[in-house]
Amino acid sequence: MAYMTDRKRAAGMGSAKSGTQHHWHMMISSVALAGLIPLFIFTFGSIYGAPYEDVVAYYQRPFPAIVALLTIAVGFIHFRGGVQTLIEDYVHGTAKKVAIIAMICLSYTAAAAGVLAVASLAL
Amino acid sequence: MADANRGNRPLSPHLTIYRPQWTSMTSIFTRITGNALIVTALLIVWWFVAAATGPDAFATADGFITSWFGDLIMFFSVAGIWYHTLAGIRHLIWDSGRMLDVDKSETFGQAMVLIAVLLTIFTVIVL
Repeated sequence: MAYMTDRKRAAGMGSAKSGTQHHWHMMISSVALAGLIPLFIFTFGSIYGAPYEDVVAYYQRPFPAIVALLTIAVGFIHFRGGVQTLIEDYVHGTAKKVAIIAMICLSYTAAAAGVLAVASLAL
Repeated sequence: MADANRGNRPLSPHLTIYRPQWTSMTSIFTRITGNALIVTALLIVWWFVAAATGPDAFATADGFITSWFGDLIMFFSVAGIWYHTLAGIRHLIWDSGRMLDVDKSETFGQAMVLIAVLLTIFTVIVL
């Protein structure tokens, strides 16, 4: 206690808690997605609606597969952060915690399923 | 206690009292598009998982996504993702301390909506 400064005691006690770190992570993922999303739209879009054999052959090529894999992974990390802000604004109390945990589970489950699927197509 | 009167306090007037403005509307739509894109993301994950599973599973997922209803979802998804991507880039520019004046911000928002519409038309025509 003797070594605690006033600043140290106040840190993290504001309403924003760890908001700066959250914002920084959203910035990092949004920079990544600013590049990935156009690449994904035009790679996925060009094979969207094609027959099964063509889709499998297309995603055995490294470039479309890497774009899809990174877009799914980073996209769900970005969603996980964004939806948390949405929930924090409109849901309160225990329901808020339950909703945030449920959305984190959904995000990582969907990301894992998507990444595994693209990897097994590519390999 | 601070929480003794939770839920029973008068709220400051917000959404209902302001006229719609470019700055607020573009912000609200950034949130709506970003969170609504979970539907698209889950559909695309389903499509990839089905493709990795086999031809029958792929036929089911692809059949839904390329149906008229799936196409409708995908059309709104393309519009939503272009809009949200441009909005994200606008946030990155704001975060660097640029384009924060009200008039610049409004012009920027209008330009963003226009570019999103043009990119959506371009994407739908090309793909």
